[in-house]
Amino acid sequence: MARKLNLRIWRGDSDSGALQDVQVDVNEGEVVLDVIHRVQATQMGDLAVRWNCKAGKCGSCSMEINGKPRLACMTQVASYPEGETITVTPLRTFPVIKDLVTDVSFNYKKAMEIPAYAHPADLAPGEARMEQIDVERSQEFRKCIECFLCQNVCHVIRDHEENKKSFAGPRFFIRIAELDMHPLDILKNRKKTAQEEHGLGMCNITKCCTEVCPEHIRITDNAIIPMKERVVDVKYDPARWLGSKIRRREGI
Amino acid sequence: MSGVFSPTRAKIKERTLRTDKWWLQPLITFSVLFSFVIYSTFRAFEGKNYFTEPLISPFYSPCLSEACVPGSTIGGFTPVSADILNFALSPALIILIFPLGFRMTCYYYRKAYYRAFWLSPPACAVAEPHEKYSGETKAPLILQNAHRWFFYAGLVFNVFLTYDAIISFRDEHGQWGHMSVGSLVLLVSSSLLWFYSLSCHTCRHTLGGRLKHFSKHPVRYKLWTWVSILNHKHQQFAWYSLAAVAFADIYVRQVATGAWHNIYFF
Repeated sequence: MARKLNLRIWRGDSDSGALQDVQVDVNEGEVVLDVIHRVQATQMGDLAVRWNCKAGKCGSCSMEINGKPRLACMTQVASYPEGETITVTPLRTFPVIKDLVTDVSFNYKKAMEIPAYAHPADLAPGEARMEQIDVERSQEFRKCIECFLCQNVCHVIRDHEENKKSFAGPRFFIRIAELDMHPLDILKNRKKTAQEEHGLGMCNITKCCTEVCPEHIRITDNAIIPMKERVVDVKYDPARWLGSKIRRREGI
Repeated sequence: MSGVFSPTRAKIKERTLRTDKWWLQPLITFSVLFSFVIYSTFRAFEGKNYFTEPLISPFYSPCLSEACVPGSTIGGFTPVSADILNFALSPALIILIFPLGFRMTCYYYRKAYYRAFWLSPPACAVAEPHEKYSGETKAPLILQNAHRWFFYAGLVFNVFLTYDAIISFRDEHGQWGHMSVGSLVLLVSSSLLWFYSLSCHTCRHTLGGRLKHFSKHPVRYKLWTWVSILNHKHQQFAWYSLAAVAFADIYVRQVATGAWHNIYFF
């Protein structure tokens, strides 16, 4: 049975904008993206919203709902108390284009800065063999749908625009971790470049990236902290450094 | 204007639009940690009421100073002078840097105090008040990378505190085979410290996390798997062990001052 929902939607562009109040019907079981589409169909024909799969797998409908970064297609209206106004805004870390749509190209630029997987020269295509226990750590990171909610919530760039130059962000730290833990990747300097070029040291482990991840990837515990420890191995631990000089140690 | 108020971003005047009680968690964290800091500072400088046969406070163990009261040392080993530069040094001040350093550089506590004390950020998607941010790239925060050394020191302390728990299974006259509330308090405290240490991210890394091929190191893989299970609960162990150590100290102090009686089960 339909009920009325009070919705506040941010409308505007990079020059100006404001929250606008609307009242819209909502049916049992609907998600926030459903009611946004109803508003678009009935009251605001030019409302801009990015979406695609409506199944939490494409990462397109990232926005902020009552101030929290979320996927609109995975946020049940019923998860908010009846009578509460739901406020919907675009992601607040990236430049706004129009209404709920932001320019997330920052992330694609950062993706290009991460060196790709480096295959061993003596292994022809099809000859690579890996054991499951060697790849399962990296497989968790492959669940990423690139919704960029982790990038959006990370205060290093959310609250400090100037850090965007030197900070890749949590999504790309899991990419670096995935490659550094990959059993066949032969690129040796991923740890140092993670610290020196991609800004791993800027992360202060406040775990917001993990809290907002719709795929429940344990970004901080399984990627960022292990990478920080690997950086300590090569940059801040004289005993490990000495050990690596005396005999070859795996993982460095 | 920077951050969420940068020119290209959506023009929203609020620092956050969160409607939940986002401030509650940092407030609780601040209150508990600040209370602990105040209490532990008082106790570290107090320099008395830390030993009553067979119990010693975890804040003062191992007692390495010449100022340690009789019976509180390990075999009379007191390599540190009672005062330095005419300043009477409490035995706790000699050793507390190690457990303190372990907790200060702990990956979980970093999250807790960066949020609660430094508001960086106070909560997720709540704008922080600072103009500049360089994370853990410069002094003093670059010293967070020394966590593993404090972890190793912490393991040594755990051995001493476990020893204290074991020798507490005696009566006031040194006879074995007795158990008191104090024994139980020290046993729980030292056990939780082991869980806190072994669930640590550095422990997880050291035992196997740094490897590229688990398949070549089955024993280390198994250890890594076990520590990974504990690691899920690292936050809980951090709080439980902190509370247990504080309570153990309070208990020993109360017994030492005569305010409480250490009840023996047998």
